[in-house]
Amino acid sequence: MSLPCPERARRCAGVLTAALLLTACDREQRRVREIAPGATAAPFVVQNDALQAGPMLIDPAIRYDYERNAWAIAEGKTYFEAFNCVGCHAPGGGGAMGPPLIDSLWIYGSDPENIFQTIVQGRPRGMPAFGGRLPNAEVWKLVAFVRYLGGFTPQDTRPGRDDHMRGTTVDPQEGPPSARRGEIPPEQRAPGDDPPRSPPARDSTRKP
Amino acid sequence: MIAVARIAAVAALQTTEIGDRMSAMDPAGVQAQRIRDLSTFLFIVGALVTAIVAGAALAAVLRRSSDAHAAAPTTDLAAAQPERERHAAAWVAGGLGATIVILLVFLVFDFGVGRAMVTMPGADSALTVHVRGQQWWWDVQYDDPDPSRRVRTANEIHVPVGRPVLLRLTSRDVIHSFWAPNLHGKKDLIPGHEAFTWFRADTAGVYRGRCAEYCGLQHARMGFIVIAQPPEEFAAWYEAQLRPAAVPADSLQHAGERVFMSRGCVLCHSVRGTPAGARLGPDLTHLASRRTIAAGMLPNTRGHLGGWILDPQQVKPGVRMPPNQLAADELHALLAYLEGLR
Repeated sequence: MSLPCPERARRCAGVLTAALLLTACDREQRRVREIAPGATAAPFVVQNDALQAGPMLIDPAIRYDYERNAWAIAEGKTYFEAFNCVGCHAPGGGGAMGPPLIDSLWIYGSDPENIFQTIVQGRPRGMPAFGGRLPNAEVWKLVAFVRYLGGFTPQDTRPGRDDHMRGTTVDPQEGPPSARRGEIPPEQRAPGDDPPRSPPARDSTRKP
Repeated sequence: MIAVARIAAVAALQTTEIGDRMSAMDPAGVQAQRIRDLSTFLFIVGALVTAIVAGAALAAVLRRSSDAHAAAPTTDLAAAQPERERHAAAWVAGGLGATIVILLVFLVFDFGVGRAMVTMPGADSALTVHVRGQQWWWDVQYDDPDPSRRVRTANEIHVPVGRPVLLRLTSRDVIHSFWAPNLHGKKDLIPGHEAFTWFRADTAGVYRGRCAEYCGLQHARMGFIVIAQPPEEFAAWYEAQLRPAAVPADSLQHAGERVFMSRGCVLCHSVRGTPAGARLGPDLTHLASRRTIAAGMLPNTRGHLGGWILDPQQVKPGVRMPPNQLAADELHALLAYLEGLR
């Protein structure tokens, strides 16, 4: 380069800063108005295997790019609890009635398209079919979260950790926090386990 | 075009039908009355003090400029004018004394008002309402010792006039704040923590409220309404809310119910008396009895409801409800069904 040293350093710093600023753009985008492909009545076929009968079908364009989107993975985490995935796969994806999702080897495949088909079509012996009920964009968010559980997503898009303060008060409709968090109820707890959290003292009506 | 429609919708809500004067200076309940009395007293006394201080400063400036010509110039003012020095000291002492007295009066008054606001009269007859804030709407549940007499609704709180209402406030996600200025001050809804406050509406009417703690994208549109009614009207409303959802009356409403149950609606909303029992979104059992939708943002009319269902992100971008792709006849049937949920 023909530039003198300080000028070169300044230019490098500028390029590096710009590059750094641009790396986080995709991670924090909130694409709230997305209507993902496959939402129409036409069947949404995903090629799960290279083997197929007859002439080769052309893969439809599947737009899954939530893998690097932290917001989508966080939304998927909310849906994972709200739509009762935790009922079979346990909070945190450890598996109970349903298979665990924190390993990375699944019968029906771990590619995003495979997970999408599993959620949309259902699977034998217990996995319900959510296709037609869940809009496709929401399914893709769940796919992104399941991929996170399996360890496929980059580390900088991790969703926030569970806030255990969230479940401390007893909601009259939702029951005690231990039941909501999937913990062992106090009466079934073995001696030597951690003592349960004491209920919060009644708050006075003083100003905050 | 869309912006005009949005402004018109908001303007429609500003009519006298729904709280045309959402102001802490317009109290309709005893708590807001106490707050306004205290702030009026502070304001008047403060204004007087400001006037006196400003007057004294002005007098000092004018007197000094007029005396400069009369007295002989000297560097030692204190030795030359001991009387002036005593005069000034008297003023300072008087001002200091007056300030201490005024502040003590403020302290006592504020303490008295604070204690009065905390003490809820008639604890046995109080109506208990659980309010759980979440992004960006209010989950309201009326408490009752009998679980079958608990009412769950959203964004709209009916209260009887003249009866204290105990609010138990919590949040599902981030900190919100409950503020109905005509009725009370602000009280934060903190996740993992239950806060208590009480108010009493002394005048019947419809009062707007809003979230008063920044909570995300749609904090500005997280409103609610409090409707204070005579006790008989409130009891009638409560009984109506206890009833399960209305059965579809005609084939169009039946088709709408099928759309509701077979599409994404059931994943988030509940309609008591049907298989829909999800808790993520507001309870829709008596949706048609509410005056507003979208947390006090839109009037509850067919057009607004249809637009909201099809694309809530256009109205309130970032809100938790996704766009729904419905065919025209499906939407028509669904709206007919929802209008029947009185």
